[in-house]
Amino acid sequence: MPAPIRLRELIRTIRTARTQAEEREMIQKECAAIRSSFREEDNTYRCRNVAKLLYMHMLGYPAHFGQLECLKLIASQKFTDKRIGYLGAMLLLDERQDVHLLMTNCIKNDLNHSTQYVQGLALCTLGCMGSSEMCRDLAGEVEKLLKTSNSYLRKKAALCAVHVIRKVPELMEMFLPATKNLLSEKNHGVLHTSVVLLTEMCERSPDMLAHFRKNEKLVPQLVRILKNLIMSGYSPEHDVSGISDPFLQVRILRLLRILGKSDDDSSEAMNDILAQVATNTETSKNVGNAILYETVLTIMDIKSESGLRVLAINILGRFLLNNDKNIRYVALTSLLKTVQTDHNAVQRHRSTIVDCLKDLDVSIKRRAMELSFALVNGNNIRGMMKELLYFLDSCDPEFKADCASGVFLAAEKYAPSKRWHIDTIMRVLTTAGSYVRDDSVPNLIQLITNSVEMHAYTVQRLYKALLDDISQQPLVQVASWCIGEYGDLLVSGQCEEEEPIQVTEDEVLDVLEGLLVSNLSTPVTRGYSLTAIMKLSTRFSSVNRIKKVVSIYGSSIDVELQQRAVEYNALFKKYDHMRPALLERMPIMEKSASNGPTEIVQTNGETEPSVVEPKHLPPVTQPVNQANDLLDLLGGNDVVPVIQTTMPTKPASAGGELLDLLGDLSLSAIPPMTAYNKNGLKIDFTFERANPNPNIAVITIHASNSTEADMTDFVFQAAVPKTFQLQLLSPSSNVVPALNQGTVTQVIRVLNPQKQQLRMRIKLTYTLKGSPVQDLAEVNNFPPQSWQ
Amino acid sequence: MQFMLLFSRQGKLRLQKWYVPLSDKEKKKITRELVQTVLARKPKMCSFLEWRDLKVVYKRYASLYFCCAIEDQDNELITLEIIHRYVELLDKYFGSVCELDIIFNFEKAYFILDEFLLGGEAQETSKKNVLKAIEQADLLQETKEQKVKLSILH
Repeated sequence: MPAPIRLRELIRTIRTARTQAEEREMIQKECAAIRSSFREEDNTYRCRNVAKLLYMHMLGYPAHFGQLECLKLIASQKFTDKRIGYLGAMLLLDERQDVHLLMTNCIKNDLNHSTQYVQGLALCTLGCMGSSEMCRDLAGEVEKLLKTSNSYLRKKAALCAVHVIRKVPELMEMFLPATKNLLSEKNHGVLHTSVVLLTEMCERSPDMLAHFRKNEKLVPQLVRILKNLIMSGYSPEHDVSGISDPFLQVRILRLLRILGKSDDDSSEAMNDILAQVATNTETSKNVGNAILYETVLTIMDIKSESGLRVLAINILGRFLLNNDKNIRYVALTSLLKTVQTDHNAVQRHRSTIVDCLKDLDVSIKRRAMELSFALVNGNNIRGMMKELLYFLDSCDPEFKADCASGVFLAAEKYAPSKRWHIDTIMRVLTTAGSYVRDDSVPNLIQLITNSVEMHAYTVQRLYKALLDDISQQPLVQVASWCIGEYGDLLVSGQCEEEEPIQVTEDEVLDVLEGLLVSNLSTPVTRGYSLTAIMKLSTRFSSVNRIKKVVSIYGSSIDVELQQRAVEYNALFKKYDHMRPALLERMPIMEKSASNGPTEIVQTNGETEPSVVEPKHLPPVTQPVNQANDLLDLLGGNDVVPVIQTTMPTKPASAGGELLDLLGDLSLSAIPPMTAYNKNGLKIDFTFERANPNPNIAVITIHASNSTEADMTDFVFQAAVPKTFQLQLLSPSSNVVPALNQGTVTQVIRVLNPQKQQLRMRIKLTYTLKGSPVQDLAEVNNFPPQSWQ
Repeated sequence: MQFMLLFSRQGKLRLQKWYVPLSDKEKKKITRELVQTVLARKPKMCSFLEWRDLKVVYKRYASLYFCCAIEDQDNELITLEIIHRYVELLDKYFGSVCELDIIFNFEKAYFILDEFLLGGEAQETSKKNVLKAIEQADLLQETKEQKVKLSILH
C-alpha cells in the first residue's frame, strides 16, 4: 500500500475543489484511505493520518472514527505522535465521548515524564478539557507539579488546578498548601497563573477569601508586586507599548477587587496603589486603557474613599470622549453599573452620554439609551425627554419597544405637568405606535382615566391622530377606548387646552366603524372599537345607528366580536334599563402592586378595595360598573359584590354542570326559608348541598307575587361577605306573575370554604303598575345546615 | 475565555479552540451563528458585542477574524490585547504571517496557542518565553525523527 499522502498535499488538493460536491468526494476518498490505514494498525503514518483527519474535521466533516487513534498516538513514545495525539484529543475527545476516560492513564504517565514538554502537553490537555472523574484521579499529580521549582511546569499546573477546581470544587482544599509561596516567584508566567488560581479560590469560597486576607496577607504582597511593575523601568521581555506586563497588572487588580470588597482594612491597604495606577498609566494606547478600566472597576467595587471614587468616575468620563469606540463602549457599560450608587457623579457626564445616543454603533447606542433613562430625574426631565424622543424617532426598530417603555416609565415618574404627560404619550404613540408593548395599552388607559381634567384634551388629540393614521394598533386601541369614554366631551367641543375641533356624532361613529371594517385592525382593536361604539350609546343621541352596528356584528365570524355584539344586543333589548348604569364613566383606578386585575376604589370614601372577577364579559366595563352599583347600595366594608351572569347565550345550567348534576343527587334535607316578604313580593330560598364539594351550597330562590298586578323587569341581586364567593345564574324569567300564579326561580351557588355563617344582602328591583320599585334587605336567617 | 474562533471573510473556519464542553452539534450551531453575526458587523462598529449571555470580542487582521467569547467579569480591553499578542506570536513564528500559513500549518497554530493560553487564561506573558518553548518542542520533534532515520540506516 503506498504511503498516505502528506497533510500539506491533502490541504492543497482539497482547496482546488471548485464545488462543495467535489470537495465532499475528495474528502470521502481520503477518509476511506485513512480508515483502511487505521485498520492495518500502521504506526508509522498514524500521526499523519490523524492530522489529515483533524483538518477535515475543521471543514465540518465527521471524524469520530479517529478518536481511538488519538489515544494510540498519545500512548506512543514519539513526541510528534504525542503532540498530534493530544491535539486530536482536545478537538475530538471531550468529556461527552465514551472513550474520554481512557486517556486518564496516559495523561498520568505523561505528567511524570522525563521531558517537560511532554508533561506540558499532558497538563495542557487536562487543563482544557479534563472531565470531573479525570480531574479527581489526577488532582494529586497536578498538586505535585504545582510545587515544582520548574517554572515552565509550575505555571501550567496552576492553570490546570484552576480547571480541576472548576470541575470538582471540593478539591480546592488540597491545593491550598501549594499556594503558600507562589507569589514570591520572579517568573511572570508563574505569577500570572498564580494570581488566576488565587482569584478562582477566593471567588468560590468565602472561607478561602477570609484566609487569604487575614492569614496570608495577600493584599500587601499584591500591592508590592504591582508597585514593582509600575516603578521598575523598561523590561523588554514584558513590555507592551511602554507598559510593563499589562496582563499581570490587570489580573492583580481583579484579585484586589475581590479582596477589597466589603472589607475596610483591605480596601485601605490598596487605596494608594490604586490612586497611583489611576493617575500614572499611559492612556494613549488600548493597553493603558485596559488597565485603567480594570482599576476603575476595582475602585467602584471596594470600600474606597470618596476622592478615589470621583477619580474613577472622571476616568470614565474621559473615556466617553475618547476617539476609540471600544473605550466609549466600556465606559458606558461601567457607568451603567455605577449609576445607582454614584448617581450625582455620573450626572455630571450626562450631556456626553446623551451625545452617545447619536453614535453609529448599535451597542453604544443601546447602552447610552439605558444610561440616559437611569439619569432622568425631576430636574432634567424636559431636556432629557426631548433628546430621548428625538432618539425614538430615528433609532433602529430593535430599540423602539424598549425606548417607548422607558419613556412611559420616566414620564410617569417625573412628569412636570399632566398636559406635558399626555403630550409625551401622544408623541410616542404617533411616532412609534406600532412598537409600543402590549401591556402599555392598559397602563396608558389607566393614566388617562386618572388625569380627569385632561380628558377633553386627550380625546381630542387622539381623535385627530386617528384621522391621520389607523395602522398603529396600540394608538388605535387607546384612542378607541378614549372616544368611547369621552366621546361626549369630543362632540361638545369642551377642550380648554387647545382650540376645540368641530366634530359631529356621525363623524365619530364613522371613524369607529371604519376601524371595525379596516384590514389594518387586529381582532383586539376591533373589540375595542365595538365596545367604544356601544359606550357611546349612552353618550350620544344617535342610538339607532349604534343599535344597527351592534346587531350586524352579532353574526360576525370572529367569535369574540360576535359574543360582544350579542351581549350588547341583549343590553339593548332585555336589559335596557341597566344600560346607562353599566356604561357610565369609569372611576379613577388605583394601580395594584401586582400586575393582576386592577383594584377599584370608590371615590366616595369607601376604604375596602374589592377585586372584581369578570367572566366572559368585555374587559373592564360591565362588571365594574355593576360592582359600583352594589357597593353603592351595600355600603358595608366586608361585603363582596357578585357578578350576575346575564348572558342569554348561556343556558341556566351552564358553567358548573357537574356540580348541578351532583347537586341534585344530594339529599341533605336542609329546610327551606323565607328570605324576604314585603309589599306582596315573597322570596323563598331552598337549599341543596352540592356534591362532591361540600363547601358549595346551592340555593334556589323562588319569587312569588301576591299583588294584583304583574311585577315586570324583575331583577334579583345578592352580595355576600368577603370570605364567600357567590355565583348567580340566569333567572327563569323577569316577570313575576300576579296573584301567585307562578314563580320566578334563580339559582345561587355559594362557596364557603371557611364554613362561616352565611349572610346575604339582597337588592330587588321591579316595575309594578308602571312605577319602578327598589328594595334592599338583609338575609340572616339561614339555617345552620346550609353553611356548616 | 470560553472559546476562540478564527475564520475568514467568507466564513470558513480556520481554528477553533473550545474551553467549555459542548457537543459537536452545539459547537457547529454556535460557530455558524456567531460567524454570521460578526461578518454582518460594519467596520465602524466597536469590537464588542453581546451574544447570548456572553461577551464577544473580535478583531480583524487582514483576511482573518479573531473572535473570543468571554465571561461577564472578564476585561474586554485586555482580551483585545490577548488577541493581539497571539497574532504577534504567529507573526514572529511564521515570519510575516498570512492566512495561508495558518491554513497549511494549522496544527502549529494550535501548538502556539496552547503555549500561550491554557484553560482559557494566559499562561505566559512573555513573548520570548512562548516562542522559546515552541522552538524547543519543534526541535524535539525533529530530533526524534532524526533518531528514527538513523536507526533505519543501521
